[in-house]
Amino acid sequence: MAGIEKSFGPVRANRGASLDVGAGEIHALVGENGAGKSTLMRILSGMFTPDAGTVEVFGRDVTGWTTAQAIDAGVGMVHQHFMLVPTLSVAENVVLGTEPRRRLVLDRDKAFRDVEELTRRTGLMVDPRRRVSELSVGEAQRVEILKALLRGARVLVLDEPTAVLSPPEVQELWGVLRGLRNNGATVVLITHRLDEVMDISDNITVMRAGATVDRIRTSATTPNDIARAMVGREVALAAEADVYRPGRTETGAAPALEVRDLVVAAPGRPRAVDGVSFDIRPGEILGIAGVEGNGQTELIEAIAGLAPAASGSIRLAGADVTGTGVRERGDAGLSHIPEDRHRRGLLLDYSIADNLVLGQQHRFQKGLALDRERIARNADEQVRAYDVRPPDPALPARALSGGNQQKVVVAREMMRDFRVLLAAQPTRGVDVGAVELIHDRLRQARDAGKAILLVSAELNEVLALADRVAVMYGGRFVTVMPRSEASEEVLGPYMTGAQREAA
Amino acid sequence: MSTAVQQTPPAAPETKGGTASSAWRGRLEEALLPPIVAIVLALVIGDLLILSFGQSPGAVYKLLLEGTWGNAYGFGQVLYKTTTLAFTGLAVALALRAGLFNIGAEGQLAAGGFLAAALGLMLPAGTPGVLAVPLCIVAAAVGGGAVGAVPGALKARFGAHEVIVTIMLNFITLALLNWIIAAHLHVPETLHTPDIHAGAVPRLGGAFTGSAANWTILLSLAAAGAVWWYLFRTRRGYELRAVGLQPDAAEYAGVRVGGVWLRAMAVSGALAGLGGVNFVLGYKHYYEDGFAGGAGFLGIAVALVGRNDPVGVILAALFFATLSQGGLAINAVVPKQMVEVLQGVVILAVAVAVPEVRRLLRLQPRRG
Repeated sequence: MAGIEKSFGPVRANRGASLDVGAGEIHALVGENGAGKSTLMRILSGMFTPDAGTVEVFGRDVTGWTTAQAIDAGVGMVHQHFMLVPTLSVAENVVLGTEPRRRLVLDRDKAFRDVEELTRRTGLMVDPRRRVSELSVGEAQRVEILKALLRGARVLVLDEPTAVLSPPEVQELWGVLRGLRNNGATVVLITHRLDEVMDISDNITVMRAGATVDRIRTSATTPNDIARAMVGREVALAAEADVYRPGRTETGAAPALEVRDLVVAAPGRPRAVDGVSFDIRPGEILGIAGVEGNGQTELIEAIAGLAPAASGSIRLAGADVTGTGVRERGDAGLSHIPEDRHRRGLLLDYSIADNLVLGQQHRFQKGLALDRERIARNADEQVRAYDVRPPDPALPARALSGGNQQKVVVAREMMRDFRVLLAAQPTRGVDVGAVELIHDRLRQARDAGKAILLVSAELNEVLALADRVAVMYGGRFVTVMPRSEASEEVLGPYMTGAQREAA
Repeated sequence: MSTAVQQTPPAAPETKGGTASSAWRGRLEEALLPPIVAIVLALVIGDLLILSFGQSPGAVYKLLLEGTWGNAYGFGQVLYKTTTLAFTGLAVALALRAGLFNIGAEGQLAAGGFLAAALGLMLPAGTPGVLAVPLCIVAAAVGGGAVGAVPGALKARFGAHEVIVTIMLNFITLALLNWIIAAHLHVPETLHTPDIHAGAVPRLGGAFTGSAANWTILLSLAAAGAVWWYLFRTRRGYELRAVGLQPDAAEYAGVRVGGVWLRAMAVSGALAGLGGVNFVLGYKHYYEDGFAGGAGFLGIAVALVGRNDPVGVILAALFFATLSQGGLAINAVVPKQMVEVLQGVVILAVAVAVPEVRRLLRLQPRRG
């Protein structure tokens, strides 16, 4: 791919981007959010047509092809969000769209046989007869890869494949990808996690602001060099500077948040949170590690007032808030950075200014009307304090990159007068620079005597911030330990459920 | 951050042109594109239809314009029809802003008209207008609002889908009103109530004399202004639109989504009910079975073409009222049902063609 240009309205997503991937290599495509990685890959897979530039696959000029042509030519895309039918079996999902038929009827046996054969050949072990709804995230991802391979993919594009995986599952995925490469397949991996890049890739292409800024051999570089190329300046990396710095937990003080025997139901899982108890004191960060889908989401939603507690109690600054609504809890001193900013945390079509009062709109009232003047003033302040780019409070939240969207959410939740902060995946899908800023603000809040409950799928983040670490597995806290005892090696077995202790 | 060594600020992302001017362009496109596409498409299809009847399109359109905007009586009729459509269009638009599809404006309109007439009949003759007119207007809002609140409450409480409930409630409301009129209130040999004793609103005088146009049109304009203020300036409106865009985010913001549904449907119903004053207080001074005549359903089209924007709704109401009145003007040469076909074309144009045209405008040529 050379000289790719693509604009969406006034936004130039790709400006002269290029990508050169050799056959049979694992190639990492890295860059901050909004750098244009996904756009470039969508052009490769035929979803977008470039405004200028050329795309060649195996020496053939294929610029502006369609998705069907891309699939025929062996370019397969594994999306960040799985596109599977949960009620169908693995085999049925894999063959969907290219079903083997006997006259007009689906040849189920052949589908099972084909998929079984493919799993054996590639080492992507999943039982083709199981229903997709019963699979773990890691298994579902394998089904996605199988789908692409069954269609004859020789170039496999994976968009942030590790975001939803536990460390052992990541290692398994690496094994699979290496196996595919050794069989001659080409893999393009989109990611922003530099440790992974170093781990798995042969070559690296770095993108910044829509353009390709560097192409490096992995063996000849360091994470620091890559990060500098991504951001265009020196940044603190989790590996070195973003280390845990203890706070001054007020051990004598009464807990700011007390959760007792909390049980929360979710659709199909009556005990998604299965009897969890803990306290957080002022000036303390409790980090919850664990593979996603083990009840963390339900726990946070129940504390926030978004999901009812089936039993148990929640006390905020000494007051029982178990049965109260979201607004009452907010007024009682609860702040909440939700895990999904696109679903909960932002109104994508509202302006940045309006988003900066979301959840606090009743405090920006003048009579019946909203106090436009105060909302505008507040927006100017927050946009400056959090360096939201572009700094135009009238822009809709949708127009911002993921990192800047998250800055808006964090700014808003930090400006509340709060005692307890729920921070769920506070830096998910956020670029390195913004991670730095968000971690800093969380530490500042902790040092100002706030109690913080942190949930993160990134173990590094938990280890960098938390004063105490809990691991959630199967809806329970399988262990809680002080930060001084926690490490990736210690926590790993708890995260996979291999080890547990009464907590 | 203390650990950052070189603090060279990254270059600000450049954008083509100013964001302010592109925002303006977007807004202008949003406002103008639907009516332009709709009218062009309606003209093309209309031409074909007229030709198929063996008439000259130019002559028929001339007739249509003369019969509507061309003389004071015709224009008065257009204004009269605009008033009802503005109310039902605002009703549908407000509900849609909350993410609800109110197909019950027809029944709510009838209920509003009925309650206004019932109060007008109960008030003693000679009640001063300053008292009777506002009371009857409130009665219309209450009548429509009560009918609208039912689907809102059922959705909030039981999750009943508002489309089904509002459609069904149309039949129930209209049949119930029909029964009340037929059994208790009608003037013999007719399907309407006796004249109201108080609460009549005068018609527009001057050149409009003879047409049904009356001063309730000012109420519809005031309602449009009020709806705009409510939606875009108040905290309740902020929350209502949030529910319509992203219910999960609204819930996160401490909004009780069920409460917003109930409120939005009640206000929507009240707006539709207010449309009843046009006929009852402003025109005939009695309630007549079937006076709504589809204006409630046409309100859906008005809201759609008006892009759920109060100003757009007023313009769309004017447009549909012109078509509707124009149908009568051209009835001599082509069947007036042609106008109904054109209304359908306009709705399809807005629903299908406008997104398509917008896509074409964005789409750049496939290879440079």
